[in-house]
This record gives sequence, structure tokens and C-alpha cells, in this order.
Amino acid sequence: MVDAVFLALSVLTIGSAIAALEIRSLIYGSIALMLALSGVAGFFLLLDAPFVAMFQLSVYVGSIAVLILFTVMLVRRELIFNKVEDKRRRYAGIALMIVIMLGIGTIIIGSGLKTMETNSAEVDYKKIGEDFLTYYSPALIVMALILASSIIGAMTLARREDVIDGQRAD
Amino acid sequence: MANALIDFILVSVALLAIGIYGIAVKRNAIRMLFGIEMVINSANLNLVAFSRYIPNSQGQTFALFSIAIAAAEVAVGLALVIVAYRMYRNIDIADFRSLKG
Repeated sequence: MVDAVFLALSVLTIGSAIAALEIRSLIYGSIALMLALSGVAGFFLLLDAPFVAMFQLSVYVGSIAVLILFTVMLVRRELIFNKVEDKRRRYAGIALMIVIMLGIGTIIIGSGLKTMETNSAEVDYKKIGEDFLTYYSPALIVMALILASSIIGAMTLARREDVIDGQRAD
Repeated sequence: MANALIDFILVSVALLAIGIYGIAVKRNAIRMLFGIEMVINSANLNLVAFSRYIPNSQGQTFALFSIAIAAAEVAVGLALVIVAYRMYRNIDIADFRSLKG
């Protein structure tokens, strides 16, 4: 059975994920998204993965929150509170969400995963650090290159001078 | 451990479904990015959960790589949103149709 911490974390995560999409203001929406991602970090702590949890907190709540908040502040005020969407599209989206939840949920509950329990010791995070520097070191270098190139690309995209304001094609 | 593997997987399925709902329905570009973040996080939760119950450290290593790549993706996505906002003065994705044939 699940314990109280798990229940509270799942309510926090799912609730603030819904709030992030449905709250009217985009600023409060991004704060709710950060709450949801902190809830996922809490799940990582429950799963005895403190290294991944700290990484998640420092990357998502630390840097991506700041990025999203700055982007939201660069956008015009009425767009932050504006909510344009089709009613029919919304109902179709909710139906799709329920179909995915029930479909994959029944498949997983019906599978043999229900009986999977563990008594083994947790994975030592020192071993993850060792793996990063030995076996996964080429992948680590490639990841660093991807990060550097994507950040350079993002900076050149965002400060292009030749983009004329209000240039519309139609 | 009190919690079984299936509880974590069900939470991850719920997060995936909410994320797909956000990608499919929202017309605000930043909210679509929120949906993409939720989908990526549900995948990470699955990786770490299976890594705990198998048990093996490779799932955690892969989750770390995945988080780093997600950060790069968000940086590029938000830069694209800023460029589109400067061109169209809007962040409604129904307005971005210069590439429409």
C-alpha cells in the first residue's frame, strides 16, 4: 500500500500540473509548473535517488524557472492573461487524456508489474559518479557539446537584429 | 519500501496524459512547452522507478542525461518563442503560419 508521503506528493504533482495548464495567468502557471517538477523531485527522493533529485531541483527549479519567467515577462501584458482556445478542441483533448489514462493504466495494472517488489539495497550514488567519468565519459562529452551548442544557438536566435517587428506574412 | 513500482508508474501515466492534453489543446506557445516538460518528466520518473526496482544504476544515469537534454531543449524552445513573438507580436501558435504552403 502507499504511504501518506507518496499520496501527498502525487496530489501535489498532479494538481499543480493541471493548474499549470489551466490557471489564467501565465506567471502563476509557470510557478505551478515548478511545483509539479519539485513534486517529481520528491518522487526521486522516495525512490532513493538523491543525486537525480538534486539534479532535477537545480536544473528545473533553478534554471528553467528563471528562463520561463524571463520569457513570460518579455511578452506583452494582455497575452499573459489571454486564453484563446476552441471549446470542441478542448473537449477532444480531455477525451484524449482520459483515453490515454485509462488505456495505458489498464494495460499496466493488467501486466505482471503489480507483483514487483524489491528488498535490495539502494544504488549508491558514488557509483553513478564513477560511471559518469569512466564508462559514460564519451556520452558526457557529447552531452556537454550539445548543451554548449544549444545555448549558443538559443542566444543567436534570441538576439537576431534583422527580425523586423510586426513582420507578418499574410 | 512501502510503495510498489506500479504506484510510481500510474503517477507517471497521469502526468503523461496531462502533458499530452496540454500539447494538443493549448494554443499559447509557452503553455505547449509546459506540456512538453510534463511528458519529459513522466519519462524520467519511469526511468528512475525501474532503476530502483530492478535494481541497476543505469536508469538513474540515463535520467540524468535526459534532464540535461531537456534543459537544452527548453532553452532553444524559449528562444524560438521570443523570435516568433518579435515577428508576429503574438505567441498564439495559430498565428505562426509563414511556413504554411
